[in-house]
Amino acid sequence: MLDGVRKLGRQTIDGVWRLGVAMRFFMLTLLHSGICLRRPQLVIREIFTAGVLSLIIIVISGLFVGMVLGLQGYETLQKYGSESALGSLVALSLVRELGPVLAALLFASRAGSAITAEIGLMKATEQIAAMEMMAVDPIARVVAPRFWGALISMPLLAAMFSAMGIFGGYLVGVVLIGVDEGSFWSQMQAAVDFRQDILNGVFKSGVFGVAVTVIALFEGYAAPPTAEGVSRATTRTVVTSSLAILALDFVLTAFMFRGA
Amino acid sequence: MHDNLVEIRGLHFAYGSRPILRGVDLTARRGQVIAIMGSSGCGKTTLLRLIGGSIRSTQGSVEVEGQDVAGLDQNGLYRLRRRMGMLFQFGALFTDMSVFDNVAFQLREHTNLPEPMIRDLVLMKLNAVGLRGAHDLMPAELSGGMARRVALARAIALDPMLIMYDEPFAGLDPISLGVTGNLIRRLTDTLGLTSIVVTHDVQESLKMVDYVYFISEGVVEARGTAAEIKSSGLPFVHQFVHGEEDGPVPFHYPAEPYGVDLGLNHA
Repeated sequence: MLDGVRKLGRQTIDGVWRLGVAMRFFMLTLLHSGICLRRPQLVIREIFTAGVLSLIIIVISGLFVGMVLGLQGYETLQKYGSESALGSLVALSLVRELGPVLAALLFASRAGSAITAEIGLMKATEQIAAMEMMAVDPIARVVAPRFWGALISMPLLAAMFSAMGIFGGYLVGVVLIGVDEGSFWSQMQAAVDFRQDILNGVFKSGVFGVAVTVIALFEGYAAPPTAEGVSRATTRTVVTSSLAILALDFVLTAFMFRGA
Repeated sequence: MHDNLVEIRGLHFAYGSRPILRGVDLTARRGQVIAIMGSSGCGKTTLLRLIGGSIRSTQGSVEVEGQDVAGLDQNGLYRLRRRMGMLFQFGALFTDMSVFDNVAFQLREHTNLPEPMIRDLVLMKLNAVGLRGAHDLMPAELSGGMARRVALARAIALDPMLIMYDEPFAGLDPISLGVTGNLIRRLTDTLGLTSIVVTHDVQESLKMVDYVYFISEGVVEARGTAAEIKSSGLPFVHQFVHGEEDGPVPFHYPAEPYGVDLGLNHA
């Protein structure tokens, strides 16, 4: 019994300690971000690695999610004779929720895990230590460009996910099932508010981007320099950032769409 | 100008409660190749990390060119490190960059030299290690010996005053072993460097070093020129130089008596 309490206490202290170290790491990353303005090509390279290379999975997933939404939405809406509202249903679901959340989850598994593995392996093979010995700060040279590259990519990927999803919904709803094209688009245009829906969605994906990237970078940087350490860190990145995305989504949604 | 580039006095270091170094004194004079030898885990690499300022000692001092390394702030440390090179055990090349970009890394980070000049400098450094023709390759395409030579070219990119080598001979074939040993000696002499080599390859290193320090159990057990070390009568040095299985460094890790462990008799 006492051992259990002791163990729980130790785990809590460890957890809080780790959170503190991660926050310090995040602050250091922000402090050392000047290099990204001086040498934007470093960030552009990371936008390519984290963003452009994630495009395929985002585009294909977005398309299928949109198609499923079109099918399911039509099934439900036609019961009430309001299949013309399919456009607004697909667009609102995607722009408010599914776009930012699913894109962030995919991003965490595709780019987040890659960032953790890359930095963890750089540490295990002494590349980080070599950089320090060459008087180059790895937080500025390795961590900060990856942070900004991933952060810039995230909202763009979420927007791409939503756009492809809407196109998928259109394909199924209008082209395949035959919902009226005019009402599909006009209802969508009328229902989606730029500030309330689109900007909030973009903001959400920005917050998810910060969470995923900081978790991925920190896990990689703090990983024990062994094969097992890097493998555990990669798993932890995917698990922790997925949970963080879902929890943050609830909090953000509660604030954004309260009473809307 | 200080004649001694590196001076270590009464250096103590511990990882937590486990002492690693217990009062080490060591001097590296300019232009010399110094070898630090000792069995695995005796604190040789720790000593290099203390000289480079990656970790701080608990007691004693490390001075490089008259500056106390432990007393430097990050800017001071980085200024000093620009004049130091370090060759890591397996090269630690940046795997996402070509050989050329690896060698150019410090030049691009620390200087504003135009790209054509960086190109010439990089090719000169690579030529010094015999790998000018390999500048387009990626680290994954290099053999272990080649990777270490590229890392050496990278370490001399900014013409440092001191180069530290962490086990430069580990895992090399006999040809690469000889090439690496000769390179260390030749670069030290031609570039006017000071080299500190951490190794346990006795035969290869005794061919080319000026002075040897033997470390055991956290203290300097023996010191001397290569000839003095070879003829040393100290049991530890003798065991090490001749690769004997048992001696002051025992074959068996400390344990209960064998019979007790097997349940044949009771302690």
